[in-house]
Amino acid sequence: MDLTIAALLTQDGVITGAVYALLAMGIVLVFSVTRVIFVPQGDYVAYAALTMAALQAGKTPGVIWLLLILSGMASLMELSSLIRTKSTSKIPKAMGLYLGIPVLLAGATYALASTALPLFFQAVLTLTLVSCMGPLLYRVAYRPVASASVLVLLIISVAVHLAITGLGLILFGAEGSRTTPYSDARFSLGPLQITGQSICVLLATGLAIVALYFFFTHSIRGKALQATAVNRVGSQLMGIRSNEAGSLAFLLSAMIGALSGLLIAPITTIFYDTGFLIGLKGFVAAIVGGLFSYPLAAAGALLVGLMESFSSFWASAFKEVFVFTLILPVLLWRSLRTHHSEEDEE
Amino acid sequence: MKRKSLIALALASLVAMSVQAQVKVGIITGATGPGASLGIPYKNTFTVLPKTLGGEAVQYIIMDDGTDPTNAVKHARKLISEDKVDLIIGSSSVPAATSITDIASELKTPQIALSPVGPAASKNPWVFTIPQPAAIMMGAVADHMKVNNVKNVAYIGFSDAWGDLVLNGLKSHSDAAGIKIVAEERYGRNDTSVAGQILKILSTNPDAVVVGGSGTPGALPHVTLAERGYKGKVYHNHGVINKDFLRVGGKNIEGGFAPTGPVMVAEQLPDSNPTKKASLEFTKAYEGAFGAGTRNAFAAYSYDAYLLANSAVAEAAKKAKAGTPEFRQALRDALERTKNVNGTHAVYNMTTTDHAGVDSRARVLVVIENGDWKLVK
Repeated sequence: MDLTIAALLTQDGVITGAVYALLAMGIVLVFSVTRVIFVPQGDYVAYAALTMAALQAGKTPGVIWLLLILSGMASLMELSSLIRTKSTSKIPKAMGLYLGIPVLLAGATYALASTALPLFFQAVLTLTLVSCMGPLLYRVAYRPVASASVLVLLIISVAVHLAITGLGLILFGAEGSRTTPYSDARFSLGPLQITGQSICVLLATGLAIVALYFFFTHSIRGKALQATAVNRVGSQLMGIRSNEAGSLAFLLSAMIGALSGLLIAPITTIFYDTGFLIGLKGFVAAIVGGLFSYPLAAAGALLVGLMESFSSFWASAFKEVFVFTLILPVLLWRSLRTHHSEEDEE
Repeated sequence: MKRKSLIALALASLVAMSVQAQVKVGIITGATGPGASLGIPYKNTFTVLPKTLGGEAVQYIIMDDGTDPTNAVKHARKLISEDKVDLIIGSSSVPAATSITDIASELKTPQIALSPVGPAASKNPWVFTIPQPAAIMMGAVADHMKVNNVKNVAYIGFSDAWGDLVLNGLKSHSDAAGIKIVAEERYGRNDTSVAGQILKILSTNPDAVVVGGSGTPGALPHVTLAERGYKGKVYHNHGVINKDFLRVGGKNIEGGFAPTGPVMVAEQLPDSNPTKKASLEFTKAYEGAFGAGTRNAFAAYSYDAYLLANSAVAEAAKKAKAGTPEFRQALRDALERTKNVNGTHAVYNMTTTDHAGVDSRARVLVVIENGDWKLVK
């Protein structure tokens, strides 16, 4: 190993690390607001990448069928709960949100799929479609049991993940896809070949992190989310609706997941079941951040990316072993350092 | 009262006769789970087969093991003990196919495996395998290397049984071909980057790289090599031969070599080739149902399993009635006596010691040119 190879490996590690960082953000966000350990976070990546690939191939992306099913389920649930609580005046708004938007989106996608859209619009469409899954999933799978224990929520997450992966096989088929890169530019920096694509990844990740930071510190909705994350009961007493906070958290995390998918799709082949492993690595990073700290999670993600790239050079057969063993010392260190202080853990 | 029971008896025996006259074949493939991209075409073939097998009416019972050996075992047991199948065909992944072999010998039912099986299972008298052993396939690669004066070879393959099979297949020829394996790297099917492994490989400066992957994930190392500007030869194996591999690899995998059964380039073969006729028949049936260009090596393996079963069932039916232990024994014996069955991938000649029964006629070397497979003459 010489410096050139080390530099190349670092470059590779930083880029994969950036994608893991985004996923870790999503996992931390969802967990801190809703206490859900969101296993399917990685599946957004696969869905976004395959949706983008389908749009580029001029095919109707399968994700719209899932959206329609989810939206049907969510609106029925919403309708019945609104009628039960006799708040019929809220029905039009709820139907608009849970039925109107997804159906419109699906319809628009269906109509537009065969036309050759510019790359940017394809990306925006993909981002919107996949982001839509977040609040719908929350409404269907998590909101009815929002106050259940972390363990129950985790088990639901696993079930949701298995369902989404299985549906992914039906919706997108078993074969992987790659999308066209956003930029074909290449620069040489000494021995390093820097591709426009890798700059896209780093820029987008950086921007997303900055945007999240401003959202949480400078907007009223972001502050409400932050408040829910810090203390659920307290924020509810202050008039913040935890259901809305949950929906918003899921929307943001889906958006982040979709963004990661769009970023990684031109770099590598994505399969319907790729998401789990990527998500799991994002989870390791999130654990490094104790499932609450965004900067630590981002640092953890970089660490995972670098470890992965260096171990694939030295001992490729044991790469995953190294990455997932990383979680043990971190957990040990955390359990020695942190005092158990979560508020509503029974 | 008496008449009624007589009628009932007559009806019952009629039903029994119609059941007896039918050959039942249990199909297990991994059409979902990690092996789905290969499992689906393996399964598809069985939906386009004729209604008879060896002149007998046939019923195919198709099951999906989710690429999971535990499920495969469960299905095999159920197929044999409840559905009373005469033959098991499957499964499509190495671990699943290997674990079924124990059930086959325990319940004395012949099995035609659609993937290679582990070393112990390949000695099982009840088990026959269709795909060419990796050693035969990698022989074509080694021959080509020898002719082209390739000395140093780097290997990168899946970190699972498939990666081992391909590597061992290559190693079995390395001495004779005078090649040296200078790097052995591994990666996972779902990995998003192999940059580290490729850097390591490039640092050893090999004349050629052999990739031990399968399906679309097999394209990643080749793509990364191309992105790093590697100029040497890249060899794949017979696990990557489908259209999606070409689609995912795109321009980057142009010029890559792979061994495969003759079926993939049937039109380019001379008419004297014994596999040409079956290959064209299979292609017509399969592409007729699933669209032009959908032909792939995996679906063709299933077709060869059908051809083997077809000739063996015709033999066995002379000795015993379908659905009996005697028939299963006769079927096994007939499979073992398979002589000159012209398949799509090979000419099959089984013996008591060789249950794969293929020779060098079962392989051709193809090269990727303009996004398609071209025969290397």
